[in-house]
Amino acid sequence: MLNGFSFGQYFPGESALHRMDARVKLLLTIGMIVALFVAGGAVPMALLVALTLLLFIGSHIPLTVLWRSVRGILPLVIFMSLLNIFYIKGPTVLAQFWIFTITLEGVWRAIFLAVRIILLIVVTSLLTYTTSPIDLTDGLERLLSPLKKIHLPVHDLAMIMTIALRFIPTLIEETDKIMSAQKARGADIDSGSLVRRVRATIPILVPLFVSAVRRATDLAVAMDCRCYHGGEGRTRLKQMKLHRVDLFGVLGYACILAAVIGLNFLPFGVV
Amino acid sequence: MKHIITRDLTFAYEQKPEDNAENFALRGVSVSIEKGELVAVLGHNGSGKSTFAKHLNAILLPSGGSVTVAGIDTTEEDKLYEIRRRAGMVFQNPDNQLVASLVEDDVAFAPENLGVEPAEIRRRVDEAIELVGMQEYKRHEVHRLSGGQKQRVAIAGVIAMQPEILIFDEPTAMLDPRGRAEVMATIERLNRERGITVVLITHYMEEAARCGRVIVMDEGRVLLDGTPREVFPQVDRLREVGLDVPQPTQLMHDLRALGFSQLPGDVLTEEECVEALVAQIGGAHA
Repeated sequence: MLNGFSFGQYFPGESALHRMDARVKLLLTIGMIVALFVAGGAVPMALLVALTLLLFIGSHIPLTVLWRSVRGILPLVIFMSLLNIFYIKGPTVLAQFWIFTITLEGVWRAIFLAVRIILLIVVTSLLTYTTSPIDLTDGLERLLSPLKKIHLPVHDLAMIMTIALRFIPTLIEETDKIMSAQKARGADIDSGSLVRRVRATIPILVPLFVSAVRRATDLAVAMDCRCYHGGEGRTRLKQMKLHRVDLFGVLGYACILAAVIGLNFLPFGVV
Repeated sequence: MKHIITRDLTFAYEQKPEDNAENFALRGVSVSIEKGELVAVLGHNGSGKSTFAKHLNAILLPSGGSVTVAGIDTTEEDKLYEIRRRAGMVFQNPDNQLVASLVEDDVAFAPENLGVEPAEIRRRVDEAIELVGMQEYKRHEVHRLSGGQKQRVAIAGVIAMQPEILIFDEPTAMLDPRGRAEVMATIERLNRERGITVVLITHYMEEAARCGRVIVMDEGRVLLDGTPREVFPQVDRLREVGLDVPQPTQLMHDLRALGFSQLPGDVLTEEECVEALVAQIGGAHA
């Protein structure tokens, strides 16, 4: 049941996306999300779809992996799209029955919404798939470091993220073990009413919490033993340097954004 | 050169130990360990062996007596990180001591904390990973490794501090036989090739038998202290404190008890055992 989990995982590789600086990737991911919402017509949207496809192919991430992270969000996407089809009323009526009116504008809006959400998931997944957790948190820490001036504990937050990412797979494994152990004792986890199923998670969550606290205590002592004393005076194995690939990334993004804004003026498929 | 010295070390987990003498986990441990020694500390659960280990790098501070590590008293607060850098510690559960998701990022954790220059960190990380034989796994995720491999990564993470002393708190207790063999081989190599002083807390007799010196602890005190050949033949005393001896030693002891008094009592390995038995049988035939 928990094997399908793939969001937030890292797949080592040598592609241009892998080699790009984590800070640049973080910013470009935010940039892509902005572009997704700036795009107001079918043509600029198609451009972004093509770009995302290109990035995905270039990253050498297996399609099945990507599918696993998109699959979970699909019911929500379909539900929201249907809602849009029936709610948005434009002048161009396509079909009408009973109390429902489907208009061209509604269909466009529904498609845009679906494409936006799916691309959003794909783009953020590509970020975590191609960036090692340490690079990601390091990048975040460095991007946010100006906030240290207003006493935001940026280093500590980044450390918490590093440890969380490190322990997610360990805790998932542990959950699987506890579930098997409880099933072996006759616990019925997968059937019954919703209330029953929620109550059935208690014998899984309690041992999981106890063990997580124990792990945290152990880890704290181990970190003490390795001379951890916060972010002060800390150096890094990996120095973040900008390379040509980062420059191309930023330039490429600037072009795309300009194109998206320009193409918004095309009259085709605009809402 | 004395590398670790404890004098009348006592320790109580409770704040007011006067109330109850039973609260003491350590009751006067005086031990001195030479540079380059490979020492096993044996003891039953609750014998105080883990508590003792935690005093050697100032995780715990003595309630009474003193601990000197590499010439530094562990109560010197401003030298805390100096002590911890010099005396690295590896724990039982390999999962709970790895901080980062990738092998090399985890090994880099300690030198990063110490403020080492990036180029030097890179050199130390590569060296440490190679020392534990994990160079093929540098960019791998730690949660996909086997128990023995994780524990070797944990050792590399400590080696990267360039310690002079390594303290292992039951490092093989959670591993399968193969992982146990990998980790023991790594520990022995570090001691032999790098001259690192090793204190190995364990309850596996076979591991202790491979060390140069064995300290047996019971109820917070040192019960026996000597080479494996001096310690293990005292089968009855070890049994009293709930410890077994290596199987070959046990066999020799039992046979001697049955009247084969010519057999040697200080046998540790299976080879020695076979040799002694062959000699005995050969002698009987002659």
